[in-house]
Amino acid sequence: MTTTAAAARAEAVSPRLPAAWTLGLHRGALELRQFFRQREQVVFTFAFPVVFLFLFASIFKDDVSGAGVTASQLYVPAMMAAGIMSTSFQSLGISIAIERDEKVLRRLRGTPMPPAAYFLGKIWLVLVTGALETAVLLLVGTTLYDVDLPSSAARWFDFAWIFVLGLTACALLGIAISSVPKSGRSATSVVVLPFLVLQFISGVYISVATIPDWMLTVGALFPLKWMCQGLRGVFLPESARVLEQAGSWEFGRVALVLGAWCVGGLALCLLTFRWKNRRDG
Amino acid sequence: MDIRKPARSSQNERFRPSLDGMTAHANDLAVDVRGLRKRYGDVTAVDGIDLGIRAGEVFGLLGPNGAGKSTTVEILQGHRDRDGGEVRVLGADPATGTRAWRSRVGIVWQDESAPAELTVRETVRHFARYYPRPRDPEQVISLVGLEAKADSRTKTLSGGQRRRLDVALGVIGGPDLLLLDEPTTGFDPAARRRFWDLIRTLADEGTTILLTTHYLEEAEALADRLAVVADGRVVAEGEPAALRERYGTGATVAWSEPDGTARSTRTDTPTRVVAELTHRFDGEIPGLTVTRPTLEDVYLSLTGQGDPR
Repeated sequence: MTTTAAAARAEAVSPRLPAAWTLGLHRGALELRQFFRQREQVVFTFAFPVVFLFLFASIFKDDVSGAGVTASQLYVPAMMAAGIMSTSFQSLGISIAIERDEKVLRRLRGTPMPPAAYFLGKIWLVLVTGALETAVLLLVGTTLYDVDLPSSAARWFDFAWIFVLGLTACALLGIAISSVPKSGRSATSVVVLPFLVLQFISGVYISVATIPDWMLTVGALFPLKWMCQGLRGVFLPESARVLEQAGSWEFGRVALVLGAWCVGGLALCLLTFRWKNRRDG
Repeated sequence: MDIRKPARSSQNERFRPSLDGMTAHANDLAVDVRGLRKRYGDVTAVDGIDLGIRAGEVFGLLGPNGAGKSTTVEILQGHRDRDGGEVRVLGADPATGTRAWRSRVGIVWQDESAPAELTVRETVRHFARYYPRPRDPEQVISLVGLEAKADSRTKTLSGGQRRRLDVALGVIGGPDLLLLDEPTTGFDPAARRRFWDLIRTLADEGTTILLTTHYLEEAEALADRLAVVADGRVVAEGEPAALRERYGTGATVAWSEPDGTARSTRTDTPTRVVAELTHRFDGEIPGLTVTRPTLEDVYLSLTGQGDPR
């Protein structure tokens, strides 16, 4: 029986290696299945930005003088940007560090799976969870806090590219930072601290008008500040531009910085990515 | 076991062609290692190991913990770089192994983790996709005896079942060479027997197998040939029976004195000792046993762990 099975296997299938793109799709499906089976993780991933939006937007809700918006409205695009970063940067940074620690990566490396398929799978996971997170926040923002959906096709287009570029840049940074923690156990602290700091200095929790200039300058080096700014441009009325540091939404600059982080993040990943733990040499 | 082995080698001939083509290696060695060296800082883990594993054979790498077995196997897998020596695995250097090469080498690591949230069937089916000529996932699941658990999530499996899933993932690609690092550590005796049967089945199908172990009975039960490694060197190599014969000289004669004291002596001439005792006791010798050294005695003395009798 084994003889015929082995012979059949040798002849029946062509010996071509499966393509990275196809395997990436399969890995994406697998990643999603694994993600949604961890109910706790699903609940916390999606609830975190929603809870924060609810808290901040309910505590601070006064009109912002001269800007024609309420503080609550300001928090909606800010939390959407933070949500995109949490589903990409935070979740990848932690989960890949754990996968590396638990030797999941080494096992994959021992198969003929092309590395690109692994990263494609992660990108699919992040795209789907990021889109869901954004949709949930948008739903809360439009129903509870008077935020309007983008009014024109051009604004929808801006929304789309800010989402894709921001998500990609943050996902790549997440993959890069996953190599920093020495073990899976320390991953959460290593990833969450810089994320929290960035949220404070990028205008997520506190309005950019209140943050000291030098902090904003540091924040401006990273994608989150630009994602917040771009999304404010998409969802807030033109009158709110006066609150920006530059007095305008700077869409061109947003695209430039996010695009640069996509390229730089990719280079960083290629240079630093490790399939095994540092102590595994 | 002795009945199985001749049958296996006759089957191997039929499967040799699978190693042809891209690997036609002059000496037909599946694994060819010469002068392998690896240091970790000041510690020399592998200190000049030579190994030659023929296509179709089951080769055991035996040695105490820390002898350099795992390091050697990890270098063969292409997961660790080496400091010196020549290594050919299926005709290629593992350090620069291509996808095509990886598709022909199956790996079962010492510590493993299959995705916890996936079922056995999902995991095996998914890994099958990575390979150009995978085995039938259902057949592999039944080969490792996990049919009843096929729809259970990995996290619900017992240690032994998880290990069998590891083996399933190691063989799903239909490898020409299977590298197993301490595959049965932590198994209960019954699970170990079942695992041995699985390895024999794979060997009967013509897979070349290298397994490391520190269980001597495992090496003796499975390996066509074995190498004993200690302190990063091969201290003995050959068929288990030949090793016993070459290194296991002498015998131990044991008996009881009339007052009940147990006595024993190690000797190269057990017959003479027994004759002398027969004379002394003038007939039956109480509690007489004559034992030849076991492979374990040989192993312990080779690895410097034996009691100095």
